[in-house]
Parts: sequence; structure tokens; C-alpha cells
Amino acid sequence: MTMSDEWPLWEVFVRPKAGLDHRHCGSLHAADAKMALELAREVYTRRQEGVSLWVVRSSDITASDPGDKDMYFDPMADKVYRHPTFYQLPDAVDHM
Amino acid sequence: MYTQAMDLAPKEERKAVRSAEEAMLEARFEARIDAGEFIEAKDWMPEHYRRTLVRQISQHAHSEIVGMLPEGNWITRAPTLARKAILLAKVQDEGGHGLYLYAAAETLGTRRDEMVAALHGGKAKYSSIFNYPTLSWADVGVIGWLVDGAAIMNQVPLTRCSYAPYARAMVRICREESFHQRQGFDSLLAMMQGGTDEQRAMVQDAVDRWWWPSLMMFGPPDGQSTHGAQSARWGIKRFSNDELRQKFVDAAAEQAKVLGVTLPDPLLKWNEARGHHDFGPIDWSEFQRVVAGHGPCNRERLAARVKAWEEGAWVREAALAHARKRALGEKAA
Repeated sequence: MTMSDEWPLWEVFVRPKAGLDHRHCGSLHAADAKMALELAREVYTRRQEGVSLWVVRSSDITASDPGDKDMYFDPMADKVYRHPTFYQLPDAVDHM
Repeated sequence: MYTQAMDLAPKEERKAVRSAEEAMLEARFEARIDAGEFIEAKDWMPEHYRRTLVRQISQHAHSEIVGMLPEGNWITRAPTLARKAILLAKVQDEGGHGLYLYAAAETLGTRRDEMVAALHGGKAKYSSIFNYPTLSWADVGVIGWLVDGAAIMNQVPLTRCSYAPYARAMVRICREESFHQRQGFDSLLAMMQGGTDEQRAMVQDAVDRWWWPSLMMFGPPDGQSTHGAQSARWGIKRFSNDELRQKFVDAAAEQAKVLGVTLPDPLLKWNEARGHHDFGPIDWSEFQRVVAGHGPCNRERLAARVKAWEEGAWVREAALAHARKRALGEKAA
């Protein structure tokens, strides 16, 4: 087996229980999607950690560049008016 | 389970000449580390940090995988169906731990098959503890109690290490490792309390053989540990080898009393003034011998891994061929 014949990498997402989001929990190598699901069950849910699994080819994920983190996310830092706590209301109606 | 071998690789020289930009990036990186921030896979990191992590995480992964062998030896000979199911689950966990860790190391840009090749070629180390044989069923219990116990002490601090993918893998591993230690102790208790004299002697014999190698799992004494200071700064290592070893001895000495076994160290004694147990000198020449490849089972362990890898080659190739064929079929349809 040559180096280039490594099984592709998959990212695994687990829904811990009904009502919760799927969460990324790790990755694994598998030849195809069906095998990735089967292996994900063995590797990541040996103790009932989930009720649902997603697997996605790692190469199919588009991610933001960590180098652009400031440019991407900092513009929200000075927009405090997007948060409810920005507004000071009289005590009588402050539960709003 | 765990690797201590990271402390034994030759110290790598840090590059002396750096560009201004690199110096700026490195200063920012160091500031993040000092602020206790986590470093993620795609973040900028110094080459030395990356290499240290790849070595440590991959050796840790190798240790988990090789660690399946000594105990796997007893799966078909477990004394009851319950013990067999437990041991199967434990050995499967070790395999899982190896996979979490390989995946964490791969986030640093190292391929899985490169790491496997380094292990099989004898270039990468794994924990020397797995080069000792499992001679009786009691060894399985003692591995759980002492070897996994030592591993837990080593691993818990790593859940807070600066490299986030490693820290996340360690959180999962530590959660599962506790079962490993408890099942081992439980199995030994059953033999000590409900067993025959012969079974009790078997437990004592296993403790006598595993005690010192377990203490060696924490690595060389602090003064001789080559990577200690830098790794501590990076939060890859949060306690020194000797601190962790002392903590382990203190815990095990009490547990041995509950079990009713004697730890094979005539100098082991509670020291009121220190608030710790004193213990005898460790034979580091034995440790060096085993790390250098001359332990009782080094050749056997590596040969078993290489054989499994080579004999599984056709399965890996067939699965890939099948996947490609199916993908073609889907395109055509």
C-alpha cells in the first residue's frame, strides 16, 4: 500500500440526545460514507454518547481562516446594542 | 495508557535566526500561551511546538495501540464471561484512545501512515511498560490498577494542555480510563478476598513484577528530563515527572493496604514531615535497557503490530477499491 492510498479523513458529529444540536467530536479514516458511519459508532459512541451521527468528508468542509479572525469577528465587538442588557429600563418593566 | 518516551527523544535545536515577521508571530503565540489560551490546529505555531506535539501525541497514540497487546493476550482465557466482556471493552477502549490521538496528531499536518511507518520502522517510541509480559490472569488486574492508575495521573493534567485537539482527546480518554483502573482493582479484590491462597499469591507476584515498571512510566527524574522545562511552559506538561510519581506512590500505598498486598519496596514508608511516602531508588538502567529495545517483549510487540498491518493490507485496499467502484457507479447512474 503506497502513501497516497490512505483512506480519506471524515469529521464526525454526534447528537448527544434528542433536542440537542449535533456537535463535532472528532475524526476518523474510512473508505466510504457507510464505513465512516459504522466506525464512528464504534469509536465515538461506545457508551451511548449519542442518538444520531453525521459524517462529512473533511475535504468537503470550508472553514474561515484563523488569520482573518479579527477582521471577521471583531466588527461585532462595538455593537453592544445587539444585546438586551444594553437597554436600561425601569424596574417595573425590566423583566421584559 | 500512556507514553513517557517523549522525554527521551534527542533535543532538537531551535532555529537561531528568525525573520522579523516570524519573531512577531512567535511573540504573539507566546503571549497567548501565557494568557492560558488554547491553540487550535490552523493557528500559527512555532515549528518546535508543532514537532514536539507530533512526537508526543503520536507516541502516546502508539502506546495505546501497542498497549492492546499485553491484555489482548488474556481475552480468550478470562476466567468468567463477565471478566471477558469487561476485558474486551477495555482493550477496545485502548484502540479507540489510539484513534483519538492519531486524529489529534493529524491535525498538525502529519499523515497517519507516516506515524504508523515510524512506529513499525522502530523510529517512534511507545511506552516501555508494554514491553513486559502478562504471565498470569492477575497481571490483567494489576495493569488496570497500577499501569492505568499511573497513566491517569499522567493524563489528567493533559486535559488542560495548550493544544486544543490534544486536550479534547484527553478529556474523552480520561473519562474512559477511570473504568480501566476500577475494573482492575475490582478483579484483584475478587481474587484477594474470595480467592484461594494460590490466587492471592498470583496477585502478589503480579504486583511484584509491575510495581517498579509502573513507577518508571512517569519518566526520568526531573533533573534528567530533556524536554521538561519547555513543555511545561507550553502547557504540554503541567507537573514534573517526580511530582506525579510521588502522587502515584502515595495513592497506591493506601490502595495496596485495602487490597492486602505488599508493594515490593522495603524502603517504602510514610514520612510524616514531608507528608508523603518515601520510596526506594528506581533502577534506571533497566528503564534505559527496555527503552533501547532490550526489554522482555520489545521484538514480539513490534512484530505483532507489523504483522497485523501487513496482513490487513488487502482489506484496506479492497475497501478503497470498493468505494471507488461504487462512486463511479453513482456517477454513471
